[in-house]
Amino acid sequence: MSFLLEPLQYEFMLRGMIASVLVGIVCAVVGTYVVLRGMAFFGDALAHTILPGIALGYLISGGARDTLFWWALGTAIAAALGIGAISKHAQVREDTAIGIIFAGMFALGIALISTVRSYAVDLSHFLFGDVLGVSVQSLWLIIIFGGLVLLTIAAFYKEFMTLSFDPVLAVTLRLPVGLLNNLLLTLIAVTVAVSLQTVGVALMVAMLVTPAATAYLLTHRLPVMMMLAAMFAALSGVAGLYLSYYLSIASGAAIVLTATLFFLLAFLWKRMKSI
Amino acid sequence: MYPHTDHQRDKPILDVRNLSVRYNGRNALEDITFHLHVGERVAVVGPNGAGKSTLFKVVAGVLLPNAGEVNVSGSRPLSHSCIAYVPQRTQVDWNFPVNVSDVVMMGRSAKLGPLGWPKKRDWELVRHALETVELVRLSKRQISELSGGQQQRMFIARALAQEAELMLMDEPLTGLDTPSQEGLLDLLDTLRAQNVTVMVATHDLEQAARHFDRIMLLNHRLVAFGEPDEVLHTDNLMQAYGGRLRPVDGQNILNVDDCCDEGEHAH
Repeated sequence: MSFLLEPLQYEFMLRGMIASVLVGIVCAVVGTYVVLRGMAFFGDALAHTILPGIALGYLISGGARDTLFWWALGTAIAAALGIGAISKHAQVREDTAIGIIFAGMFALGIALISTVRSYAVDLSHFLFGDVLGVSVQSLWLIIIFGGLVLLTIAAFYKEFMTLSFDPVLAVTLRLPVGLLNNLLLTLIAVTVAVSLQTVGVALMVAMLVTPAATAYLLTHRLPVMMMLAAMFAALSGVAGLYLSYYLSIASGAAIVLTATLFFLLAFLWKRMKSI
Repeated sequence: MYPHTDHQRDKPILDVRNLSVRYNGRNALEDITFHLHVGERVAVVGPNGAGKSTLFKVVAGVLLPNAGEVNVSGSRPLSHSCIAYVPQRTQVDWNFPVNVSDVVMMGRSAKLGPLGWPKKRDWELVRHALETVELVRLSKRQISELSGGQQQRMFIARALAQEAELMLMDEPLTGLDTPSQEGLLDLLDTLRAQNVTVMVATHDLEQAARHFDRIMLLNHRLVAFGEPDEVLHTDNLMQAYGGRLRPVDGQNILNVDDCCDEGEHAH
């Protein structure tokens, strides 16, 4: 028992735990659509693309962390809608276009941050997260914006399901397809901003994809898939932080490794069952 | 061009005028004009790449024409939701985590309105649609567990739940075994009572002749459109299929060298 309680006597540990559970749940639910619509590369690119925005905010605020959420949010929404528009009108293939933008923006972000002397530490926090540094204020932002994302998904559940399964049906039913697509991109963008501090841009795609993919192996129903994904993500958050505490490994990496382990177990279980 | 049919009730359900669609710089459809009557079943026949899918997509409002007009029951397709488009089986993600009644309920998703959840009447419509296509027993099955014929019947149920008046089916018979094909065609016959107009793309001329009121021969242009025995003449067929046609025996029994899968839709 003390094994489980010991880390929780530290307030930053408790805050980190709450943050990673909440972020995990939001990522997993949004990630269900990312997995079903084959948008993993888009999610990865989007997370990387916000780095110059964060860097700019970081330079302007002189290193303060608390305003960075807003910079991340603004950049993520702009990038998501931008990538969405480009992939519709591009002369090159969609994944090529995304690849070019994402690497270019990521490089710009690194270049901006490298102008600051202490950049190595800060950069690693942006890249891999700093869940133990979550402030009370950041926690509130996670609760509010994460809650908004979940409410929107619940409100447009049937529209998103119809659009994802059969876009042609969505058009013949006269659903506002363009609006819904942009809304989904925006939700992914908000999720990316919310998750920045727990897992960082480099590992973000794992939180979007891995728990949802794990759940996809185990169920054939969309609501069940969302709930299972949320459960795996929340468990990964908690178990990852304990691992991080006792093994002294980076927290974001520990969370992602735990989620990956769940995936492997589900994958093996399914293979065994089908033999 | 519009022969008298027994099914001419009131005004046309679908009125297509001078329709042209360009695709990658080539004419996919050229100057197509025709109309359909309420409750009619029409087979659209033509070689791969003749523009059958394109025609369906324009009528459904998924694709915009470069010229011409499509009017459904007097209004343009984008302002009307009485059309159901049944996709080719290869274009569906069968591993999507939904069961049969989920898919049928999707037909209601626009009528529920934003933020709306299914009400009693919606569940009744879904249940009734599943009864009509005889899938009630399988309503909780994941869609990948259905046979080809059951998959097509599920989409017909979705069209019914949608309360569609015009149903467009893109090669629903392709890849089905003969009993499933016959079952599906019988089901389409029973829909006649519900005044659902049906347009089916198919490769099977003989089946088209037996089960449909009118046949549309399409090869970018409208080669012929009328009752089967008027349309299925060697001249018309030669014009539609060119060299890929082999007269077998007599004048009306024909065989078409045409691969039934893939090709036209690999874009």
